[in-house]
Amino acid sequence: MSAGTLGAPGVALTARPPARAEPRRLSPLPVHRLAIQAGALGLGLLAWHLAASLKLDLSFVTFRNVPTPAAVARAAWALAHAPKLGAHLGASLARVLGGFLAALVAGIGLGLAIGRSRLAGDLLLPPLEVLRPIPAVAWIPLAILMFPSSEASMVFITFTGALFPILLNTVHGAEAASPRLVASARSLGAGPAAILREVVIPAALPSIVTGGAIGMGTAWFCLVTAEMISGQYGIGYFTWESYTLQNYDDIVVGMLLIGLLGMGSSVAVRGLGRLAMPWTRGGRP
Amino acid sequence: MSLASAPTAGRIDIAGAAIRLGAGAAAFEVVRDIDLTIPPRQFVCLLGPSGCGKSTLLGALAGHLDLARGSLALDGRPVAGPHPERGIVFQQHTLLPWRRVVDNVAFGPKMRGVGRAERLARAREFLAVVGLADFAERYPAELSGGMQQRVEIARVLINRPRILLMDEPFGALDAQTRLMMQELLLDIWTRLPTTVVFVTHDIDEALFLGDRVLVMSARPGRILEDIPLAFPRPRGRELVTEPDFVALKRRCLDLLRPRDGQPPLPRLTPLGLPLAGAA
Repeated sequence: MSAGTLGAPGVALTARPPARAEPRRLSPLPVHRLAIQAGALGLGLLAWHLAASLKLDLSFVTFRNVPTPAAVARAAWALAHAPKLGAHLGASLARVLGGFLAALVAGIGLGLAIGRSRLAGDLLLPPLEVLRPIPAVAWIPLAILMFPSSEASMVFITFTGALFPILLNTVHGAEAASPRLVASARSLGAGPAAILREVVIPAALPSIVTGGAIGMGTAWFCLVTAEMISGQYGIGYFTWESYTLQNYDDIVVGMLLIGLLGMGSSVAVRGLGRLAMPWTRGGRP
Repeated sequence: MSLASAPTAGRIDIAGAAIRLGAGAAAFEVVRDIDLTIPPRQFVCLLGPSGCGKSTLLGALAGHLDLARGSLALDGRPVAGPHPERGIVFQQHTLLPWRRVVDNVAFGPKMRGVGRAERLARAREFLAVVGLADFAERYPAELSGGMQQRVEIARVLINRPRILLMDEPFGALDAQTRLMMQELLLDIWTRLPTTVVFVTHDIDEALFLGDRVLVMSARPGRILEDIPLAFPRPRGRELVTEPDFVALKRRCLDLLRPRDGQPPLPRLTPLGLPLAGAA
């Protein structure tokens, strides 16, 4: 006997679904708000231009050696046409991605263990809490001593930056998995591995994505520190080298490049996260 | 296995059962001295004041809580841990938000290793039974509360449980939807008969649905009265105004009348003490 012979329920309950809600998108901002935001950026640039071109000296801070926006733009234009840009970008991207992916694997793995097991938490949290406040720059000497190549030590330093945001957010997400969801999954026949795969990890995923986006930012944040070790290439190296060579325009170009790349890759992480979580897109009809 | 193939049995035997919750000095006995036999395919309603331990007893039947004393058996085998043969429907919010409705219903077969095509086809059959065939591809958040509970019932029934445990499953719904869900449940139960233990504090609901109502006392919960209900089936809404029904309702109201000076207790859950923030 199949469902067909059983038919629909006797009571009138069959409902038609309403048109599926469009996936939520960022609605375009009204024109006047866009204008205000563009104006704010313009004002910032103007303030920078005035301070730099007037060589403003406030005694506790001086703009004497700060390049003007126009000088920075010229330097950026020159760098954009320089053959070494690709090598700088490629080296930095490889280091950041390497450190970030390693942090993703370690952070999610440790975070899930800590979030779901008291024993794992007791074993792992105390040493991790000691390591957490150590800034990237303090790792440099040890990283040089510990890793055979300077490339590996640079990846390690971006790893230390990305690890903790990912780890802590994963712990938080895994702890927040609803006991009721876990219990009902167990009543439906799920064992420990299925609970982890079907309930805990999806429940933690929004937190993991948030941690990933923050971790991606801090990985770039640590890049200049890491590339102090570098002998040749990298945006962080380029920035630091520009200071030692007194190419002050290029310092700001390097800083802005790091900011833009960091922002772009955080946005990319969030975008990938949204793709992985289709259930967060629709809403109640 | 076809949709209507009957579960083998579903007899519940409880003897001298007591359940304790809380740890150390704060531990207390929620239910005590529960002796109860439920024959296969009976629809039993557990009726009692808030916090009396009826949900706690349900949690023990589901295998989520352990007994402090006594024994609890399904078809002669002691209950140990959760199992799909003892399906439980909670009050709300237990569908997996990240799975489409059809995948939620197919969850049990997936855990048993049933292939994807087969389990999705079976899930669609059970969605048709609860009248939600057209919502298979939706995510739970896109459904109303009543629809989510219908999915929940389909998700439990697809495992063909020997007993169906329901913890105030319609308690979070508006009155209109609740009446509709009660009729739907009876309709499904006549087509897929199984032992049902239905926890509620709504007297009308208990009398309308059950073959038998067990009225529980305030904490520590004991069974005060075991009332058989002989109203013929299928039952219609007009039942609730018939004199026999009203007389039984009056009797239940008397049994449930709070004694003086006793403040209402917080609601317990089938998972034990209510957890902070587990909304």
